[in-house]
Amino acid sequence: MFKQKNYIGPGIVVLAAVLILSLPPSAASHLKLAIGSLFLPLLGLANAGRQLPADLADSVLSRHELLKEIDSLRLENQELKVRQLQTGAIEQENEELRMGQESLFKQPWKLKVADVVMRDPANWWRSIEIDLGSRDGITPNLAVMTTEGLAGRVSSVGLHRSQVVLIGDPNCRISALVEDPAHDVGILSAGGPFDSSLANLTYLAGGANLKSGQQVVTSGIGGIFPKGIPIGQIVDSREVEFGLYTEARVKLNANPGALEEVYVLMP
Amino acid sequence: MKLFKSILVLAAAFLAVFGEAVFSGPRHWLGAQIDLLPALMIYAALDTNIAAVCLLAVFGGLGFDSFSANPLGLTILPLLAVGLPIFLKRDLILRELPFAQLVLGGIASAAAPLLAVLLLLSAGKPPLLGWGSLWQWMVMTAGGAVATPFVFAFFGWCDHALGYKPVTETSFRPDREILRDRKKI
Repeated sequence: MFKQKNYIGPGIVVLAAVLILSLPPSAASHLKLAIGSLFLPLLGLANAGRQLPADLADSVLSRHELLKEIDSLRLENQELKVRQLQTGAIEQENEELRMGQESLFKQPWKLKVADVVMRDPANWWRSIEIDLGSRDGITPNLAVMTTEGLAGRVSSVGLHRSQVVLIGDPNCRISALVEDPAHDVGILSAGGPFDSSLANLTYLAGGANLKSGQQVVTSGIGGIFPKGIPIGQIVDSREVEFGLYTEARVKLNANPGALEEVYVLMP
Repeated sequence: MKLFKSILVLAAAFLAVFGEAVFSGPRHWLGAQIDLLPALMIYAALDTNIAAVCLLAVFGGLGFDSFSANPLGLTILPLLAVGLPIFLKRDLILRELPFAQLVLGGIASAAAPLLAVLLLLSAGKPPLLGWGSLWQWMVMTAGGAVATPFVFAFFGWCDHALGYKPVTETSFRPDREILRDRKKI
């Protein structure tokens, strides 16, 4: 039962694991992405499988439904045209203000759309993989958003794919600002493992007067995230460490558990 | 035969890791993703050889970590720690019984994430933990336990359908045949 050959293989495996674990972070990250790319053929199959029900549904839509949809789109188009006229005037006014106070206004965000292709299989992390990589100009630490608000940041970049750590993951800490009269600033850190739509806002000033529903946005401190990206709303708050600082729970605008498509904020 | 089983186990691990990363149904419905690698490791430890156990630990672990924020190589050790003792004691285990498979799958599915979290904590990379982690751990344990008999059944079916059967010799020997007809002497 205790043959020597039964221990040689496991010994080599343990040694290999220790060697891999002690690789420098950049080498480990590259190796990780290289191993992940072995699954690329399967990824194409999975995408095709996901697309199939939608394609089938499209092919069986009745003429009546299509005409109805065209009518609603026509109405929406007219409405948008009217709104465009209104926004044209606002844009002009905005441009004039920008010209006057150029240092106060930043350039509009450059966004790149990415599909979420995979999620972290481990239950103790919150990360996803997107289908943009270094060939698309992605670099580490770029902000990742949804139409609702901030979702996370790019943690590592491969040629075709990138890993994104989401808000609520222990590796994603963000300096956040509460839109209250005092403009309290805190650190948005990991929430609980169960409800991915909640995160903790810690290190707020002691006695901060926080109310449920107050908006939380990025503070711009730290240099990774631009100022003013919506994050979520305050749910509740409590004083910790004998009132030394305040901690609040934040309901995130972008639900990290249900992301399908994200936007990478390009520099 | 063992080589065929080993290749089959590694292919299943490849698909299992990919499935866990792509299909997040259990995460939505139960709040936790079920890991099938410990169940596969139980099968490998009970029904294949030490090489398959080691290869499954390495390739399964590396595949899992490549999609995860875990440090690369971390999952190798818990998988090996789960598979090796079972491999060494497999002569004493009633591997044919689905109940034994269920219990072993549960133990392995409970132990592997615990060991991974312990390794993460000792490496100074605290993961996302809380009271909800207990529920996730229970889901992983129960999911792994239920999956293990199915894994055995699946590989049994594959073995039956795709593997070759060794030719068995019959006990019939023509030189010892007793002739019972009436011959004229």
